[in-house]
Amino acid sequence: MTLARRIIPCLDVRDGRVVKGTRFRDHRDMGDIVELATRYAAEGADELVFYDITASPQSRAVDVEWVRRVARVIDIPFCVAGGIRSVGAARAVLHAGADKVSVNTPATQRPDLVSELADAFGVQCVVVGVDSLRDEDGVWRIRQLTGDPDATRALPVPTLEWVPQVVGLGAGEVVLNCMGSDGVRSGYDVEQLAAVRAVCAVPLIASGGAGAPEHFTEVFRDADVDGALAATVFHSGAISIPALKRDLAAAGLVVREVPGAAA
Amino acid sequence: MSGPRIALVDSGGTNIGSVTYALERLGATARLTSDPADILAADRVILPGVGAAAAGMRRLREAGLVETLHEVQAPLLGVCLGMQLLFDRSAEDGGVEALGLIPGDVVAIPPAPGVRVPHMGWNALEGLADDPLLRGVAPGERAYFVHSYAAPVGARTVATTTHGGVWSAVVRDGLRWGAQFHPERSAALGARLLRNFIVEVGR
Repeated sequence: MTLARRIIPCLDVRDGRVVKGTRFRDHRDMGDIVELATRYAAEGADELVFYDITASPQSRAVDVEWVRRVARVIDIPFCVAGGIRSVGAARAVLHAGADKVSVNTPATQRPDLVSELADAFGVQCVVVGVDSLRDEDGVWRIRQLTGDPDATRALPVPTLEWVPQVVGLGAGEVVLNCMGSDGVRSGYDVEQLAAVRAVCAVPLIASGGAGAPEHFTEVFRDADVDGALAATVFHSGAISIPALKRDLAAAGLVVREVPGAAA
Repeated sequence: MSGPRIALVDSGGTNIGSVTYALERLGATARLTSDPADILAADRVILPGVGAAAAGMRRLREAGLVETLHEVQAPLLGVCLGMQLLFDRSAEDGGVEALGLIPGDVVAIPPAPGVRVPHMGWNALEGLADDPLLRGVAPGERAYFVHSYAAPVGARTVATTTHGGVWSAVVRDGLRWGAQFHPERSAALGARLLRNFIVEVGR
């Protein structure tokens, strides 16, 4: 295996700025999107995800101007999530320079969207984000409209059925956000990710729960995911990407080390 | 590096913007064009491409560019799907006749345990031949790949990568090159390759 495990910072975007707060409220301005994207690329991030937090709950289209600004300056791949509900909206974002689009709630409302996107752009451009939580009966099921806590709905669809379904429809990658561990920073939900891994033939990205470097080692080693996404630990500086990659390499995992990356 | 005239063939792929920006970062300007005269007058021709082989070939045929690409005498670089279209045939979409500019066929990457398809992410370049496009690239350096079909290693392979099997990462036939990965999204290595294409090849 020579393919590197990917480290993917996720940036929440509001009105062209990067914000962070408690997940959906009290957003704090973290800085200019281009500045932060450039910094992460220089530090050796393998890919970036931009989540347009206003486009999705407000049913607005993503403003492609910031997508273009990012595409101009960074030389690593990036994905845009939030607010993409149609082939037309996806085309605008991809033509502005994004490498992939990620759909979550719109795919739960109309699964055919996934195959329409795959037919139009190829599966390699289509990421399906899945918000998943274990219900009281012990079964992981998907959620929709998680961008707004008041609107979030539990669906009757088990995660272990939804993931193969979207892969069959044309998802080229799945980002599994384990809501039970999200924001807690006590580690990824390795059990759930390993279960999804077993039914997911395409690349799988872990999301939710990163708090320490060893959480990344665990999720790569024990859940065999292709990439790990995190926000807070990178934004706060709690984990530096070059140091994280050295740890992962020391644990025997294949990573892309960037010589001279800023510590 | 504003020297050579670079034609970026408008194949309708979604990576046209990123390729243009990558060239801009090198100080080069590319003209996005589907005009045969423009393409034939250029000093460098880049065929980008993201998407499926059948749609890619259909667009090139509709634009009347198949003959044009055969007539190009300047150095030509196909990127990702653009590289696959340089070959004779692709197994994608039930089998597609491609441009036939480089001998060989493109096949599906067989999925296997631990081998996810699409092949997506940063993989190592190995088996590097002495080629001007790869000048300054060291074995093991990583490039960003995203593809489900690939060219088996053959006489035209000048760099390989391993995903399940060993595949062509860069191919060359005369003044025609192809990169399976995305130089426009491959950080310093990608910039190096594009710079080599602009200033090193064909000297």
